[in-house]
Amino acid sequence: MLDRVHPPIDRNREVVIRVRGVEVGFGEKTILRGLDLDVYRGEILGFVGASGQGKSVLTRTILGLVPKRAGTIEVLGQNLDELSPSERRLLERRWGVLFQQGALFSALTVKQNVQVPMREYLHLSERLLDELAMLKIEMVGLKPDAADKLPSELSGGMIKRAALARALALDPDIVFLDEPTSGLDPIGAGEFDELIATLQRTLGLTVFMVTHDLDSLYTVCDRIAALGEGKILAEGPIETLLESDNPWIRSYFHGKRARAAMASGA
Amino acid sequence: MVESLAAEIAAEADQSHMILDLAQVRRLDTLGAWVLDRTRHELGSRDLGADFANASQEQQILLDEVAYRGFQEQAKPRRSKAVDFLVDVGQSVAGAGRDLVDGIAFLGELVSALIRVVVNPRRFRGTAVINQLEQIAYRGVPIIVLISFLVGCIVAQQGIFQLVRFGATPFVVDLIGILILRELALLLTSIMVAGRSGSAFTAEIGSMKMREEIDALRVMGLDPIEVLIVPRVLALVIGLPLLTFISSIAALSGGGVTAWLYGDVSPDVFLSRLRAAVSFNTFMVGMIKAPFMALVIGIIATLEGLAVQGSAESLGRHVTSSVVKSIFMVIVLDGLFAMFFAAIRY
Repeated sequence: MLDRVHPPIDRNREVVIRVRGVEVGFGEKTILRGLDLDVYRGEILGFVGASGQGKSVLTRTILGLVPKRAGTIEVLGQNLDELSPSERRLLERRWGVLFQQGALFSALTVKQNVQVPMREYLHLSERLLDELAMLKIEMVGLKPDAADKLPSELSGGMIKRAALARALALDPDIVFLDEPTSGLDPIGAGEFDELIATLQRTLGLTVFMVTHDLDSLYTVCDRIAALGEGKILAEGPIETLLESDNPWIRSYFHGKRARAAMASGA
Repeated sequence: MVESLAAEIAAEADQSHMILDLAQVRRLDTLGAWVLDRTRHELGSRDLGADFANASQEQQILLDEVAYRGFQEQAKPRRSKAVDFLVDVGQSVAGAGRDLVDGIAFLGELVSALIRVVVNPRRFRGTAVINQLEQIAYRGVPIIVLISFLVGCIVAQQGIFQLVRFGATPFVVDLIGILILRELALLLTSIMVAGRSGSAFTAEIGSMKMREEIDALRVMGLDPIEVLIVPRVLALVIGLPLLTFISSIAALSGGGVTAWLYGDVSPDVFLSRLRAAVSFNTFMVGMIKAPFMALVIGIIATLEGLAVQGSAESLGRHVTSSVVKSIFMVIVLDGLFAMFFAAIRY
């Protein structure tokens, strides 16, 4: 397992995502009820919660894919509701998203997938586009011969890596990862965690990671936020969550699987 | 088998206490354990006690696990068939109204995306339009030529059979000329395109929706309408008139060949009669309608595609309804155009 020194939490650090009083619902069902959350620059935030509690809904709300009923969301100091379409496009260049199933464009090869955002926003020569795409593909640990394959020809782990390469295409400030290790075998998942930690260090990323993987929480996350009843139940480094007396958090972090992860991870 | 055996045991039971001896049972599965425990339970309720004996340890674990209990039936709302029928009718009507509103709203969105592209031509995706044109128009030519030619033949043949009784065989040229140019070529082409390309749009966009590819576009700051839909609809609006023209030529050729073979109308006579029978506006009536048909097919196909939910079944249902609705709307629109052109005597 990798050694990761958790940096001390400095409350004065820059907040890159500030969520205040966000309320989201579908029809008569309210999923998020006045949720507050801060994500600081340069950290890896693990976001946990029972299924159906709205982890993905919050991610999608921040990304603007789900409309919210109330509250404000600021990303990199800009209120998302107050942006003009062109300012919004500028902001969208500064985040990358890894969807749960990868969401690679199935008609394009891996290399073309990585080049989609570059072609859209940067005006580069074909040669530089190719070189940059290959660089990203190598950075996420894919072999060069994967570059010309179609998503349907890749394994689950390779799809996640390729999707990560695409998310990193424009050197974003923030990366959203939706269950990056789900569907990977334990070794693959461990390698992926390591990859995320390495990339975070080298590129200075802020990572917002929705996950169920206790190993990831122990090994790579600087801070963890637990979601329940439409709010953040607890947040902080893993020690804070271990001490929480919320029943769900207790059973999550003190279950049999959690103890095994603790033994091998921390 | 087991159930009837157990029922027999229960029926024959008359002693006050029964022992179900499992010593000879070599394998016990959940079904067997359930039936046995249910029998025991039923005997118990008739004041005839029953117990198991000689159950091995594994069998006892299984018996404990599947211990008989009544399952509460999920309450189903009871409604009469008549009410269900009325609800269905009401929902369909409301759904049709919603479709119309959605369609008009989407047309607005499409137009505003088009204006954005026109204002900022750098965002125009020429390659995608050409690619779609190849798929819709170029690759559709063979099948459209073939069916149009055949339909031209069939209409001409039937026309000759009827007209020959009045000794008016040469008028078949007027019949097919007007019919094909005004209506048939366009209808055949539109229906074929709705089936070929409309279904493909819905399936492509629907599967992209299922695989979160549409969301991926959005979070990259790309507008799915600009990237995916404008090129497709533009290609349809350009391609359908072209195909209609080709279809007209093919159908007229088919009619001409048949008129020659069945009605002894030589190509010379055919062409000169055709020139007398049809005017430029006969041809234009068909061509004017084509872009509108393209728009209707494109809007319905994309709306259905975007409505796809997560399941494969939903994809199938929306592809079907995309084709059905497009063909229906094409025919309705053609009817409206016929009334319009009749009213303005064009």
